[in-house]
Amino acid sequence: MIVLSKRLMSKRVFGACLFLFAFAITTPAAAIEIKRVVSPGGIEAWLVEDHKVPIIALEWAFEGAGASDPKGKEGLANLAARTLDEGAGPYDSQAFAARLQDNAIALGYDAGRDGFGGSLRTLSDRRDEAFELTRLSLAEPRFDAEAVERMRAAVLSSLRRDQADPNYVGRRLFYSTAYPGHPYGDEIRGTLESLPTITPDDLRGFVKDGFGRDRLVVAAAGDISPEDLGRALDHVFGGLPATSANAAIPDIEPKGLGETLVATRPTAQTVMLMGQTGLKRADPDWYAATVMNYVLGGGGFGSRLMEEVREKRGLSYGVYSYLIPMEHSALVMAGGNTVNAKAGQALDIMRQEWKRMADEGVTEEELADAKTYLTGSFPLQLSSTQAIAGILLQVKRDELGIDYLDRRDAFINGVTQADVQRVAKRLLDPNRLLTVLVGRPEGVTATRTIDGGS
Amino acid sequence: MHSRPLCSQREAHAPQRPHRSPPWKRPWRRLAAAGVLAFALAGAVPAATPAFAAEKGVFFPETFTLSNGMQVVLVTNQRVPVVTHMVWYKVGAADEPRGVSGIAHFLEHLMFKGTEEVPPGAFSRIVAKNGGRDNAFTSWDYTAYFQNVARDRLELVMKMEADRMSNLRLTDQLVYPERDVIIEERRQRIENEPADRIGEQVNATLYVHHPYGTPIIGWPQEMATLTREEAESFYKSWYAPNNAVLVVSGDVTAEELKPLAEKYYGGIPTRPVPERVRVQEPPISAARRVILRDDEVRQPSIRRNWLAPSYRTDKEGYAYPLQVLSEIMSGGPTSRLYRSLVVDQRIATSAWLGYSPSSWDMTSLAAGASPAPGVTMEKLEAALEADIRTLVEKGVTEEEVTTAKKRMLAEAAYARDSLTGPAQTLGAAIATGQSIDDVENWPVRIDAVTADQVNAAARAVLGQTNHVTGLLLPLQDKGS
Repeated sequence: MIVLSKRLMSKRVFGACLFLFAFAITTPAAAIEIKRVVSPGGIEAWLVEDHKVPIIALEWAFEGAGASDPKGKEGLANLAARTLDEGAGPYDSQAFAARLQDNAIALGYDAGRDGFGGSLRTLSDRRDEAFELTRLSLAEPRFDAEAVERMRAAVLSSLRRDQADPNYVGRRLFYSTAYPGHPYGDEIRGTLESLPTITPDDLRGFVKDGFGRDRLVVAAAGDISPEDLGRALDHVFGGLPATSANAAIPDIEPKGLGETLVATRPTAQTVMLMGQTGLKRADPDWYAATVMNYVLGGGGFGSRLMEEVREKRGLSYGVYSYLIPMEHSALVMAGGNTVNAKAGQALDIMRQEWKRMADEGVTEEELADAKTYLTGSFPLQLSSTQAIAGILLQVKRDELGIDYLDRRDAFINGVTQADVQRVAKRLLDPNRLLTVLVGRPEGVTATRTIDGGS
Repeated sequence: MHSRPLCSQREAHAPQRPHRSPPWKRPWRRLAAAGVLAFALAGAVPAATPAFAAEKGVFFPETFTLSNGMQVVLVTNQRVPVVTHMVWYKVGAADEPRGVSGIAHFLEHLMFKGTEEVPPGAFSRIVAKNGGRDNAFTSWDYTAYFQNVARDRLELVMKMEADRMSNLRLTDQLVYPERDVIIEERRQRIENEPADRIGEQVNATLYVHHPYGTPIIGWPQEMATLTREEAESFYKSWYAPNNAVLVVSGDVTAEELKPLAEKYYGGIPTRPVPERVRVQEPPISAARRVILRDDEVRQPSIRRNWLAPSYRTDKEGYAYPLQVLSEIMSGGPTSRLYRSLVVDQRIATSAWLGYSPSSWDMTSLAAGASPAPGVTMEKLEAALEADIRTLVEKGVTEEEVTTAKKRMLAEAAYARDSLTGPAQTLGAAIATGQSIDDVENWPVRIDAVTADQVNAAARAVLGQTNHVTGLLLPLQDKGS
């Protein structure tokens, strides 16, 4: 058993504010300590040990698993996620659910674009039961026909329900256009056509191929010692195969850039979604792009998009931008909703802001404000045991280092106006946006119109 | 909820879980904050330590009252050096004058439009500049404003929140573009979503006379005519320290909080605040049906609402038994409705029952389901009705009650493990007429519920025939 420690969390920089007064409360040197735990069997996890609440949270992911469903079997990983906790080992679906519920254990799985996630939350006095049920779900999932059918029906139902949601229709059209023929273009839940072809054997194959210890990343938080966590890691994950057999996924640049697609739907409002090539998490310009995005439309109130579209003109309830880093591609995106008659106007303003950012970058004040927000708001995310485990897992998956939270502020504070200008120039080109509109937008020139949009 | 990534990159891409909770008394926010607050179905989301014991004590708050009558509630949680600071006003959409529906929510938006000291738009910018997040939300019975900040910024946000309690300054130039924003908000959140439109219609049908039948965001024709003067009048009537509750959760002690609360809120003069005069529902004897057909709908659904007592109106002692009932019927995959309709009969893909007792006047209990492929709505409705009838006629067993209570008490242990949850629960409870003692006694009162009480409550509420059934259907009934 190896346990290494790292002190985390930083003291905040004082931001400028309109009020000048002495703070009556002083900040203690706050610290969250991350321990690197390596189990006797060699499985590594990061842990924030906290015995103040009798709760343990465990978060894990199998990197790569779930990113690519076989052609014709789209939705396989997601259906596996929905069915893994539907019975395992000696327990059928109802018995398994009863054991979880009666012990107040929350166990769930989630298929993502670049990995397959698992999540456990338990009271510490129920941990043995929780770890055993988790182990069973991973090592001996049953995939009983009844449970598979029931979950398949639920997923199909959710897919059909989403057809009535113009936001969903817009997202789907965007991704299928940007990533044709690539897993990123597929609906992760599958399609009305693909889901019926998935068999329990497909699900078993998915688990067998995907859940290898070589792809496993684990983080934990709460009421557990490193020694006990080490034992739990071996118990839960030790029986999994050493290696996994995931299909390789090619890198892809988004397609359709410069196009404006309109999906006509009989709605009062137009959903707008636009995006182009962004940058990956490991890109050296990541922090500059984070600052840029915050100023452009990532900061909620006060962002340029919100100011211009909502605050000044009342065109929208929400308008925003965001970065999407993926393993094999990346996007910088913006979106919002507006009344049909003003869609052209809103879209023009968004594109102007895109151009203004590319041309001018950010002001000294915007840069400073973005830094104080991005550094200062970070501890707010550490709001529960599970949230802490989730953040550890993300840092670990992104390979940022166990001391990342210590260094994060320095990365952000090191961003200069020139950095933001460079990354804005590199990323933002209003003429190369893939734009998707759902509704009956007026004042918009479409390069392609799709009736119904789905 | 709609996807609106504020600052998260990864989550924006996360797949949606097919499970969906019933659209239950959702408060309206100035801007939907991505995951800042999760509202639980049951009013109190309680905790108990040790895990399964029904002892008094959920959040262990401290409370005191300022000299001007403003109540202060504190839940200390020193995990990380951050705090949630919330001000709850005991006024909401159901307190609006007739004809100006939406004014409570509109004012909530306008509270960000500035004072002499904090110019329009600066409030949120200052909070963000200081590494914090802020937002607000409106319900029928309350309006709340919150900031999540590092503990050393608590004083800053207290000063700003106290400032706008009495110094709001509105101009036409600020007010009318914001009216367009709330109209867009309505389009986005209701008119664009058939599932939300049917919810609004069911509600408007269930409450024949009471303002709970009016949408929190307002009726569109009235929203379009809301004025600055109406917002100011609502503000002057209701936004007073003696009608507000300060709730703080996080890394701060009462010794630290008290002098700050006195300094910033304590100096605001007490003002007379109107009584909450709410009309009461007349007796309604008719069952009603609301049918929304929309070409966009591919997945139909059914829901049925019955009027039910809230904590405050609960003369018969049904509020706690109904929560246990809700757990038995709908508390996860082993619950009665899911097991019956989804697992055993395979005629539904989802089934739920929900009840929220946190309401100033009466509330409602609702059940719903979505049909499995090839199942007609008639068949689904009959099956749902049959399960309800069985419940009313045969009742629940002692064992079901015992298991449900055990689960509820255990789930309760998680409630304190949160920054915003405790503040949320306590604020909503107080604003709807409960006491802190009521919240803290939740585990004890749940534990005391008997099967006879559950059955009496089920008969009284679900036995009513004056319910409202809402059907969300495609334009054409294909294949049924």
